[in-house]
Formats: sequence, C-alpha cells, structure tokens
Amino acid sequence: MKIKVEEMNLYYDTFQALINVNLDVSENEITAFIGPSGCGKSTLLKSLNRMNDLVESCRITGKILFDGEDIYGKKMNVNVLRKRMGMVFQKPNPFPMSVYDNIAYGPRTHGIKKKRDLDQIVEESLKNAAIWEELKDRLKKSALAISGGQQQRLCIARALAVKPEVILLDEPTSALDPISTTKIEDLLVELKDKYTIVIVTHNMGQAARISDKTAFFLHGEIVEFGKTIELFSRPKDKKTEDYITGRFG
Amino acid sequence: MPSRRNIVSFVLRYAVYAAMGVTALSLIGILGYILIHGILAFKPSLILGEYSSSNPAIGFSVFTTCVMIVLTLLIAAPLSIFCAVYLTEYAKRKNKIVTWIRLATETLAGIPSIVFGLFGAIFFGTVMRLGYSIMTGCLTVAIMLLPVIIRQTEEAIKSVPDMFREGSYGLGASKLRTVFRIVLPSAMPGILSAVILSMGRIIGETAALIFTLGTVAKFPTSLLDSSRSLAVHMYISTRDGGAAGREVAFFTGAVLIAVILLMNIGASYLGGKVGKDFEN
Ligand SMILES: Nc1ncnc2c1ncn2[C@@H]1O[C@H](COP(=O)(O)OP(=O)(O)OP(=O)(O)O)[C@@H](O)[C@H]1O
Ligand SMILES: [Mg+2]
Repeated sequence: MKIKVEEMNLYYDTFQALINVNLDVSENEITAFIGPSGCGKSTLLKSLNRMNDLVESCRITGKILFDGEDIYGKKMNVNVLRKRMGMVFQKPNPFPMSVYDNIAYGPRTHGIKKKRDLDQIVEESLKNAAIWEELKDRLKKSALAISGGQQQRLCIARALAVKPEVILLDEPTSALDPISTTKIEDLLVELKDKYTIVIVTHNMGQAARISDKTAFFLHGEIVEFGKTIELFSRPKDKKTEDYITGRFG
Repeated sequence: MPSRRNIVSFVLRYAVYAAMGVTALSLIGILGYILIHGILAFKPSLILGEYSSSNPAIGFSVFTTCVMIVLTLLIAAPLSIFCAVYLTEYAKRKNKIVTWIRLATETLAGIPSIVFGLFGAIFFGTVMRLGYSIMTGCLTVAIMLLPVIIRQTEEAIKSVPDMFREGSYGLGASKLRTVFRIVLPSAMPGILSAVILSMGRIIGETAALIFTLGTVAKFPTSLLDSSRSLAVHMYISTRDGGAAGREVAFFTGAVLIAVILLMNIGASYLGGKVGKDFEN
C-alpha cells in the first residue's frame, strides 16, 4: 500500500468533517473520491500531504501512513512530504511569473540551481504533462497569459517537476472545457504507470473512465470503497446506488 | 414638458461637470499660482549660491530634503514591511502581541505630527543626545510612517490570493521561501505605492521637524547637523521674512513641487519595472 489511512477523524473546531475514515491507496493506480458537495473529499485529500496544517482550527486523530511511515509522526518533514506528494488544485494557480520559472520554482526550492539541469527538468516536465509542443516557444512568457486548460496542465507539469511519487488532484478539470478535460484525463491515465494518483471529482463519468478504485463519501464518512468497475456496476450500498444513478437527495 | 426623470438626470449631469470643473480649476490654480510666483523669483544664485540674508539660496535645503527622504525610508520601510509580514503571515490569529500592535498602529496613525515631534525631540534629541539633527528628524518621521506603511503593506499582502501560497507550499516550499519568493513580489506594487505616499509625507512634514531637525539654514556636513527641509524652510521664511520671505517661500514651493514630480516619475518608472520583471 502506498498510502494507508487508519481510523482517521478530522475536526474543524468542533465540527467533525471526517468520521472514522479507513482507506488504502495502491501504487500505480488512480483512486477517485466522489460524493456530494461538502462531504469531506477535499478535506481528506488535503490531509494526505498535510496542507490542512495551514488551517489553524484543524485537528486530526488516527493515522495516515505513507510507505509505512506516519505522516503526522515526529520524524516527518512536511516539506519533504509535500515534495513527494504533488498537488494540483481545482482552480489553475500558476504563479505570476514566466512558464519557465513556474516549473523551475519547485526544483529550485529543493536546491537545484544549475541552468542546464533546470532546462532539462522544465522540458521533461512539460513533455510529461503533454504541453511541451504548445508552450516550448513561450517559456519566457507570463504563465497567466495562457489558456485555462494550458494553465492546469502547466500546474500538473509544475507538480511533476519535483519528481513526486504521488499526485493529488482536487477537481482538476471542473473549470475546464471538454477538450482540455479529455486531454487531462488521457494524461492522468498515462501518468499512472509512473505515479500513484488520487483525484477528487464531481464528474461520475470521469471517475468511471479513468480510475481503478473509487471511494464514495457522504457526510464525512466513506460509505463504499472498491474497484471502480464493481462500484459503478454493482454498488453494495443503497446510498451509493442512489448517488451514481442520480437519484440522490 | 420634460419628465421628472429628465430633470433629475439633467441636474445630476451638470452637478458632476461642475464638481469636476471646480476641482480641476482650484488644483490648476494653486499649482499655476505657486509656479508662476516661484519662476518669477528665480535666479540661479538662489539654487547654487551660499545662503545669506541678501541671497536666501535653497540648495542646502534641496540636499537636506533628499537626504531625509532616503534615510527615513531606509529606516522605516524595512521595519514596517517585515512587521507587516509578521502580522499577516506568521502571527497566529488570536495572538496577544498582534492585538497590541494593531491597537498601537491604529492609534499612532491618528495622532497629530506635532506630538511625534515632541516625543522625538525629547527621546532622540535629549535622551539619546542626538540634538537638533538630521538623524533626530529622520528617526522621528520614520516612527510616524511606521503605522502607515505597515497598514498598507498588510493590505497588499492580504490581497495576494491564497492559491499562490497553496501552490508554493504544495511543492514543498518553506514558509520563508513562500513569503519572499511568492507573496512579497505579488504584493510589491501595493508596497511601492505605500512607500511613494510616505515620501510625500516626509517632504511635506513641518511640525515634527521644527523640534527635531531644527531650523539652521546651512549645508549639513554630517547626519548630526541641524538643517532645514524645503517645507520647514518655507514655513520659516513665510513666518519671519516679511514680503521678501514670502517670495522665497513661493520659490521654495515651486522647487518642492518639482522634487515631488521627479520623485513620482522615478517611482512609477521603478514600479513599472518591478512589476514587469516579475511577470515576464
Ligand atoms: N477551513 C475550514 N474551516 C472550517 N470548516 C471547513 C473548512 N474547510 C472545509 N470545511 C467544512 O468541512 C466540510 C467538508 O468540506 P470539503 O471541502 O472537504 O468538502 P468537499 O467534499 O470537498 O466538497 P466540494 O465537493 O464542494 O468541494 C464542509 O462542511 C466544509 O464546510
Ligand atoms: Mg472540494
């Protein structure tokens, strides 16, 4: 297991956002989180690389193991953890600097300074994110001047540039048009040979198309978790069935 | 018969024009009046010559003013920018120190400058034995500027979208790196405009400087010398110089306007450059 969540509870002040969550994320697979708005998908995703540390009121019990190591343990270095688990957000968030500097920001953060090395990483990351051809002549241009779909793939490339093992994506295509969405879906399927991927999505079709396993969340609990094919064709729980057939609520 | 609505919009439209006209005329009027009087009083010896009662030259004052601007900003800007960074990025929300600093800055921002002048004269001038001097003046004005720059820098930092910070932390960047590489550069235009505004306050200050910088009409040779900034010189000339003094004051005013103009042009050039560097 690449990531193992054990009996985890999460509170924002007194509000419990996650209730007794257990989850196994396997290597080189795509794991999808689905469920209605406010059920805690993003909260769990942000807990995996400790982005929740930034929320002052957030408190966690239970365990999250990454390669067997407790990520909330004393020996864990948060910056190294986040380098190993890249994150892509719902809204594309390139930094207000050039395309090149966006990609180079992560490697520079982790001590790579030589121009030759950086050039190579930038090219490789953009190629892996299937956006090199579109951007190779615009490396010095502002990253804010490219389209939303390109920005999101740039953000994926930026995450890849620090050579992570896991990529966490929070509704990465919800702000994009169908063509950009397809490009990113194809890209993720390609990337799973090298990376472990966790994706939050509101688009059930997307979960069914690209993921190997799916977790269905409701009110902070995981109602059902299993192989995507089985969960979508033979859901065990009535609530899951209602949700995926659109009869929810 | 015009409808009621037509009358209202007619009146409103002309009210807008009238307000614009009055504002523009009075601004241009003041500027023109000062510049014309100033230029009429102009003689090269007034800038280059030595100050004396027969030739009230102001070269020394232009020099003093420039030194004051640079030194005051060197003291005030880093201090207040770092303080704002602490308040916005480092301090916990319910931190006691933050509450106190906020209260202090808000109170200080509303205090008349003469109070700062008295404090500066006693503390820097007497207790720290700096006397009437450029140093005493700069330290005093720097303290006056702290709340202003802190508050505007805080605003600028708060307006940087959280998604930039998340992006940086998500790549494993430390807080320090995130603040200095992402947050501060994004907030730079706002911070620069705060600094430019404070230049205006340094140039325009009189009350606090009369007690601290003093009023000696002489080229300063060290930071511990007393001198006059342009605004102080205007004040003293108008008060003590009779009709001739008023001429000098107008001339000084014209020079003051020129200095401010140059400064604004320089700053906006610099601001544009910083913004560009960051985006490209
Ligand atoms: N920083 C926070 N402080 C307090 N409560 C929060 C915070 N972030 C999220 N919550 C609450 O926790 C619950 C779960 O939120 P979360 O963002 O994880 O939902 P989600 O499943 O990702 O929803 P969506 O599909 O709308 O993105 C919600 O009730 C939300 O209001
Ligand atoms: Mg969410």
